[in-house]
Amino acid sequence: MSAVSIAVGAYLVASLLFILSLAGLSRHESARNGVSYGIAGMALALAATVGLLVHDTDETIPLVLLVVAVAVGASIGLWWARSVAMTGMPELIALLHSFVGLAAVLVGWNGYLHDEGLTGSLRQIHSAEVVIGVFIGAVTFTGSIVANLKLSARMKSAPLMLPGKNAINLGALAVFAALTVWFTVSPNLGVLIAVTAVALALGWHLVASIGGGDMPVVVSMLNSYSGWAAAASGFLLDNNLLIVTGALVGSSGAYLSYIMCEAMNRSFISVIAGGFGIEVAASGDTDYGEHHEISAEEVAELLADASSVIITPGYGMAVAQAQYPVAELTSKLRARGVDVRFGIHPVAGRLPGHMNVLLAEAKVPYDVVLEMDEINDDFPRTDVVLVIGANDTVNPAALEEPGSPIAGMPVLHVWEAKDVIVFKRSMAVGYAGVQNPLFFRDNTHMLFGDAKDRVEDIVRQLADIPQQVSR
Amino acid sequence: MRIGVPRESRASETLVAATAQTASRLLKLGYDVVVESGAGGAASQPDEAYADAGVVVGTAEDVWSSDVVVKINAPTDEEVARLRRGATVVSLMAPARSPELVERLAAAGVTGLAMDAVPRISRAQSMDVLSSMANVAGYRAVVEAAHAFGRQFTGQVTAAGKIPPARVFVVGAGVAGLAAIGAAGSMGAIVRAFDVRPEVAEQVESMGAEFVTVDMQSEVSADGYAKEMTAEQEKATAVMYDEEARAADIVITTALIPGRPAPRLIGGETVAAMRPGSVIVDMAAANGGNVAMTVADQAVVTDNGVRILGYTDLAGRLSAQTSQLYGTNVVNLLTLMTPEKDGVLTLDLDDPVQRGLTVVREGEVLWPPPPVQVSAAPKAAATAPAEAPPPKKKRPMWPVFATVSLLLFLVATTAPAPLPEHFFVLTLAIVIGYYVIGHVHHALHTPLMSVTNAISGIIVVGAILQLGVDDAAVRALSFVAVLLASINVFGGFAVTRRMLGMFRKADQ
Repeated sequence: MSAVSIAVGAYLVASLLFILSLAGLSRHESARNGVSYGIAGMALALAATVGLLVHDTDETIPLVLLVVAVAVGASIGLWWARSVAMTGMPELIALLHSFVGLAAVLVGWNGYLHDEGLTGSLRQIHSAEVVIGVFIGAVTFTGSIVANLKLSARMKSAPLMLPGKNAINLGALAVFAALTVWFTVSPNLGVLIAVTAVALALGWHLVASIGGGDMPVVVSMLNSYSGWAAAASGFLLDNNLLIVTGALVGSSGAYLSYIMCEAMNRSFISVIAGGFGIEVAASGDTDYGEHHEISAEEVAELLADASSVIITPGYGMAVAQAQYPVAELTSKLRARGVDVRFGIHPVAGRLPGHMNVLLAEAKVPYDVVLEMDEINDDFPRTDVVLVIGANDTVNPAALEEPGSPIAGMPVLHVWEAKDVIVFKRSMAVGYAGVQNPLFFRDNTHMLFGDAKDRVEDIVRQLADIPQQVSR
Repeated sequence: MRIGVPRESRASETLVAATAQTASRLLKLGYDVVVESGAGGAASQPDEAYADAGVVVGTAEDVWSSDVVVKINAPTDEEVARLRRGATVVSLMAPARSPELVERLAAAGVTGLAMDAVPRISRAQSMDVLSSMANVAGYRAVVEAAHAFGRQFTGQVTAAGKIPPARVFVVGAGVAGLAAIGAAGSMGAIVRAFDVRPEVAEQVESMGAEFVTVDMQSEVSADGYAKEMTAEQEKATAVMYDEEARAADIVITTALIPGRPAPRLIGGETVAAMRPGSVIVDMAAANGGNVAMTVADQAVVTDNGVRILGYTDLAGRLSAQTSQLYGTNVVNLLTLMTPEKDGVLTLDLDDPVQRGLTVVREGEVLWPPPPVQVSAAPKAAATAPAEAPPPKKKRPMWPVFATVSLLLFLVATTAPAPLPEHFFVLTLAIVIGYYVIGHVHHALHTPLMSVTNAISGIIVVGAILQLGVDDAAVRALSFVAVLLASINVFGGFAVTRRMLGMFRKADQ
């Protein structure tokens, strides 16, 4: 057994562990085991690789560099993981994607800088792999950076509307193809720099053209891209572990994005192409009439008399950090015998499953947290719906106004309940820039103000209402 | 037309199908009403009361020759023979369990309306005698229990010592169960109740009782029906019955399954473990009973001094009340069937309520009725978006599959050495990735994404290998790459663990 064959064996086992890890993460019961499998696989792969490095080199400098780099990276990563607020999770994940992208770019550049003395067709293949790896990595890098900036509100979330955006995207791809051919025939630093620049610009433009409301799909798509970047590096380095892992991440991420596109009634192809940010300008002229306001006290009374309540949270709940008071309200109501459930739209929040994570953080039991499809038929039998910081996901215009920009998107049918309470800062439009006729319905009551403060008010008021023993 | 109310022929029957008050309401519908002398005696309805209300008190012949005969129990053979051809008889019939009665009615050429076959829809509730009687029976069950119980229901602290409140356990939260809960609660007892349908917990709590939950995982029923219990659930439920019954002073069981013998819920061992003086009222006694030692129509005292009451006439023991309710149900039915208020009974078989309870019409057997459309039927079709986009055309998959396969085949056969092997691995891994997360739970999207994020940090492997290259520039770049990828690996796994730590179930 040589060091290389030991490493190959270890890589095979690590690949299997990664597959088990992803499979485990599909279900609540096995999720924790899934993470453990993933960590075990990673530890095995790292150990085998370090062993290979020690075996191949007699110098100490690489080892010192390795220890320093891993130590610094690990401490930064662990620190972030501990300190990030659950509402900041989307930004962090987008940022982590960008690191994989940048690492892939650097690995690709190294592949060019370190001449392995290949000749003929092997050399050409090697060059093509370098360019492709660098390209995917760079697109992932800038795309994720832009997603991170948009999610953390350091860049405005409205889609960038450059004239001829599709032509720009296609042009960039054409330039990339031409440069790839050129580099394959005669590798030189200038072309590689040009490819990197084109890819960086393309990644930036792709994500900048997408509105903030569609970010959950973008983040999941970038997750997929980062996998493909790793797979491309695997081709370059002739390393099956990288190919397998990259393809696993790439295809699972793409499938996840596909599920979300279905939920939003978007075309999957146009998401990958970054062209789905184009939206019809919102027609804000329609007069929907008057909205009705309600006070926290009246809401508390409604809730005390209700027998079933559904809460539909949205990004607004995350922004206001209202998940703790919402969880408290939930347990108070459940203690009074009210049936409280949560209806989660697949794209609520800025990240798939965002609401579930926040509610879990606030200790809301996950078996009362239901998906849109599970709960949509129950609204007619519901007394009160609390819409907390959601807007587009509860917009009846999606079903009723064929001209609406969100027409055809499945939404939560909250308006079928007896009473709907909408928690909102003001009458401003939601992320999609569309007015919401829900707010003007007769059974809808608006509760203005910070969601967290208002929910706390309701919890206080509820404590003053005696619990009815018999009806 | 004339309505006749006979004296019930069953020996122990105390009820009458019309009280003076409900009979006078029948008069207002335009009917002549004749009541057999002494018919309401056992229900505190003397002949004078009827006479005062303007109702004729007559002989059995007068009654049985009427156009419509209203009574409580199903007519006996002799009674059917006394009916005029073409007459209508209204009573409890249990048509599903007594086919011979249905045939006899048909042979006699009469119309038979079964009060206990009223469809259970909201519009027909005012005619639902089963609900009326169950309500009274539930109340009476508590009264019987209190009577047989040697102590008070309510708890008190007196100069002569402390009186603990009685503990009542009610099984089944239907109409009878809920009535029993209400009655026992208002007498001051501590009431606990159980039903296999978890969604009635709310109704139980609304009556002031505590709903007993079985220590098991029970999903919220999506369609409103109780799910069939697994063996495990059944075992847990049996343990619960045992524990609750032992702790209780009074146990009232009301569990019935339509068309089948009553389920056996309380076993002999449980009864043997109950305190002396405890009382069990088995309201399912007529159908075999929920309790092991129940004897229908009798009070049994076990060796350890537990009384088991198997009375089947609980509603009849409140004869005035039940007669009044039954009579009102009959009035409501006849109001529906007398649209012109002209004293002419018209049977409209297009009305699902009338169709449902018509067992025989002028000699023609109409039982069983077609299934009734529940009035709360979902109107999903009406609310569906009118402008729904046309469904996407499903393109056949095989051209895509064929093209991809051909491309892969060409790559594998023509590309130089390392490429085919790499494509081989890549293709299989893509397929595995797709299948592995195919059924991911929605709530786990974020943890899944952060774990794939950590895993894609595997690129660190490539960067580490490049550290070994003796070239300053390469080393510098790989150093940065290792650092970035390490952030990813450690941060991704740590943040996933943190998130998963937050997910919990209600009972944890």
